[in-house]
Amino acid sequence: MGKVSVRFFARYAELAGCTWSAVNVETPTTVAAVIARVREVFPGTKGLPPQPLAALNERQARLDAAVNDGDEVALLPPLSGG
Amino acid sequence: MMHLTRHPIDVADVLAEVKGPERGGTCVFVGTVRNDGDVTGIEYSAYEAMALTEIERILGEAQAQWPDSRVILQHRLGLIPVGDASIAIGAAAPHRDDAFAVCRFVIEAVKKRLPIWKKEHHSDGTTAWVDPAGKPVAHGP
Repeated sequence: MGKVSVRFFARYAELAGCTWSAVNVETPTTVAAVIARVREVFPGTKGLPPQPLAALNERQARLDAAVNDGDEVALLPPLSGG
Repeated sequence: MMHLTRHPIDVADVLAEVKGPERGGTCVFVGTVRNDGDVTGIEYSAYEAMALTEIERILGEAQAQWPDSRVILQHRLGLIPVGDASIAIGAAAPHRDDAFAVCRFVIEAVKKRLPIWKKEHHSDGTTAWVDPAGKPVAHGP
C-alpha cells in the first residue's frame, strides 16, 4: 500500500472541500486509479468530468501514467490563464 | 523578474528585461481584465510550483526556436480589477517578424499550458468560474 498526495485547484477544490489530501492506494498504480479512489473518498468530486486534466509531479500527465508511492497527483480544471 | 506576481504589472519593467542594442524589434502583449457585463474584476489562482516550471519550459522553448530573441513574461495572480493587466509578455528580436512570432508563441503556450484559473467577480457580489471559452461554469456567492 502506498500513499499518494492529491491536490485540488479552483472549482475542483470547491467540489472536494479541500486543496490537498493524501489517499492510500496499491502502488504502483495509474493516475486514473488515483482519481477513482478520490471519487470514493471525496463525494463532492463525483461532479468531476469523466476524464479530468491531471498533472503528475508538477507536469501534465496522461491518465494511464504510472504513479508510485510518494507521488503527487493534481486535478486541474480547464486551464484559463492569460 | 518574478514570473508570477500579486502586484500590478509594470510594462516598462518587462520592456527593460528584453531590450538590447542588437534587437531592433520589440513586441509587447498585455492582457487586461475585460468588463464583460457586470464583471468588476477577475480573481486568478494558480498551481504555482507547476506554473513556474511550465513558464521556464515555455521560455526555454521560445529561446531555442528563436535563439537571437529575448522574451519574458509576467502573470499577475489574485483579484485584478477591470482594466488592469493580468499578463504581459515582452519579446525582442533583431527584426520584427521574429519579435511578433516569439510573442505569439508564448501567449498561445500560456493559454494551453499554464495551470491558472479565473473566477469572475460581479457587481452584485456573486462569483463564477470561467472556462477557457470564456463561459461561466459554476456560480457561487
